[in-house]
Amino acid sequence: MVPDDLLLETRDLTKDFGGFLAVKHVDLRVRRGAIHALIGPNGAGKTTVFNLLTRFLSPTSGSIWFEGRDITRARPAQVARQGVVRSFQISAVFPSLTALENIRVALQRARGGTFRFWRSDRVLEGLDGRALSLLADVGLEDQRDVAAVELPYGQKRALELATTLALEPSLLLLDEPTQGMGHEDVGRVAELIRRAAAGRTVLMVEHNLPVVAGLCDTITVLQRGSILAEGSYAEVSRDPRVLEAYIGAQA
Amino acid sequence: MTVRARAVLGYGLLVGIGLAAPFLVYPVFAMNVLCLALFASAFNLLLGYAGLLSFGHAAFLGAAAYAAGYVTREWGLPTEAGLLAGVAVGAGLGLGFGALAIRRSGIYFAMITLGFAQLVYFLAIEIPWTGGEDGFQGIPRGKLLGVLNLDRPLVMYYFVYAIFLAAFWLIQRTIASPFGHVLRAIRENEPRALSLGYEVSRYKLTAFVLSAALSGLAGALRAFVNQFAALPDLYWHTSGNVVLMTLLGGMGTVTGPSVGALLVGVLENYLAGLGSWVTVITGTVFVLCVLSFRRGIVGEVRALVKRSF
Ligand SMILES: Nc1ncnc2c1ncn2[C@@H]1O[C@H](COP(=O)(O)OP(=O)(O)OP(=O)(O)O)[C@@H](O)[C@H]1O
Ligand SMILES: [Mg+2]
Repeated sequence: MVPDDLLLETRDLTKDFGGFLAVKHVDLRVRRGAIHALIGPNGAGKTTVFNLLTRFLSPTSGSIWFEGRDITRARPAQVARQGVVRSFQISAVFPSLTALENIRVALQRARGGTFRFWRSDRVLEGLDGRALSLLADVGLEDQRDVAAVELPYGQKRALELATTLALEPSLLLLDEPTQGMGHEDVGRVAELIRRAAAGRTVLMVEHNLPVVAGLCDTITVLQRGSILAEGSYAEVSRDPRVLEAYIGAQA
Repeated sequence: MTVRARAVLGYGLLVGIGLAAPFLVYPVFAMNVLCLALFASAFNLLLGYAGLLSFGHAAFLGAAAYAAGYVTREWGLPTEAGLLAGVAVGAGLGLGFGALAIRRSGIYFAMITLGFAQLVYFLAIEIPWTGGEDGFQGIPRGKLLGVLNLDRPLVMYYFVYAIFLAAFWLIQRTIASPFGHVLRAIRENEPRALSLGYEVSRYKLTAFVLSAALSGLAGALRAFVNQFAALPDLYWHTSGNVVLMTLLGGMGTVTGPSVGALLVGVLENYLAGLGSWVTVITGTVFVLCVLSFRRGIVGEVRALVKRSF
């Protein structure tokens, strides 16, 4: 059985893309309450692991356990409703909806009753208070009526994070939340993640090592689909294999 | 709020034109336009709001027309039951087609729906009671609630018009409902909607069945208007025509499909003397429209209004 402090576990997780093993025998363990980083060079298989965990892809072999339950065969939407909510490497908003409406899409799901096509949308106005406070948390309260497509990149990512948090996930999966951001935005988003992590567990893919060092308590290094090393930042960053594989590949 | 105000304006305009129509043009022509407008609006619910391009909507329109005709002419059921039969056949076919088609997207989705619709077309040719090339004729209009004689043109017209308004209201309501919001989110970013925990395929299927059921209503209504159901209703031309009407008027706008249906209806009716040139002219108008205003007529007007205020 899964020990109690483990929120998420993969056993021998493998993904074969027509002969190419993108993920090889990965045993990943994410402790409850951790901010856990998944790092590795480009093409290491990080996003593929996320796609497997959220059931956007089916593993070739191995299993996935969340809260002690086997979710290897669950549907993506089921996994999300159990509390595993992801963000995407490329920012994922609903472009022509306003910032407020973006958040409401998430709040509405938690509220239910979304198949009642004969209902007036006035029932949604009851969600506005909560939506606004989520927007305010990420500094977007003045953008509430701006279409997401018109927001600058950093704000799009902030909106995406706020939408994800609207679901109050117990496990937050963030795929490169600071990618493509300027220095200031990186600091802001890191701070947001730190605050969001209170009371929940975070697994994040991140290339920005100072962010990883500052935020994460456990780091798993992936290389060519396999786990190369695992431990605290201090441990991992001293590991010669990691230096060679990861830092070397970055330079 | 402005969205609602604009919807009210569009609604007001439609109601006005609709009330006066039978005094300005032939009632049968006006009724046919209303049926097509309803058909296009139902189609737009799927294309414009769920982002699904079906190329098989003729099946729902046509099969419902035959069903409505059959239960009234052969079984002697009242007109209301004929309409219900049309809706049921549309919904049932929609459920069947939809359950299989929504697993695919884009061109594959369109091709699967087209394939199913062609299947229904060939079935209609084979089944004896449909009347084959002659069509299913002599459908009685009947009496509304057993009293109002629908053979009288004006009575029939206002009956059709009332049903059109009710269905149009339901579509508009659906678009604005919490369900409609989810549909739009799925259209905008399907993986994201999935990652938020929405069972995307169930929403798509619901939208598909709704659209098919309302297309069935349009088909049944038209069968009573023209008092026959015929093979062309089921042919892929009809599926193409509804795409054309929707794009012309403006997909993803509430009133656009009705405007598109009116335009196509007028072109086909008043140019009927030109024979097969009508197709060429409609096609040319369509190409010109798509090239010069991609958002469709209503879409362009809306953008213009937005820009100038
Ligand atoms: N659907 C797919 N079909 C085939 N190969 C794939 C597919 N998805 C990913 N791959 C391959 O699997 C490998 C791992 O890709 P993945 O996107 O998981 O890497 P990553 O670690 O997220 O990289 P990056 O840092 O660039 O985001 C890559 O070589 C990629 O080309
Ligand atoms: Mg990646």
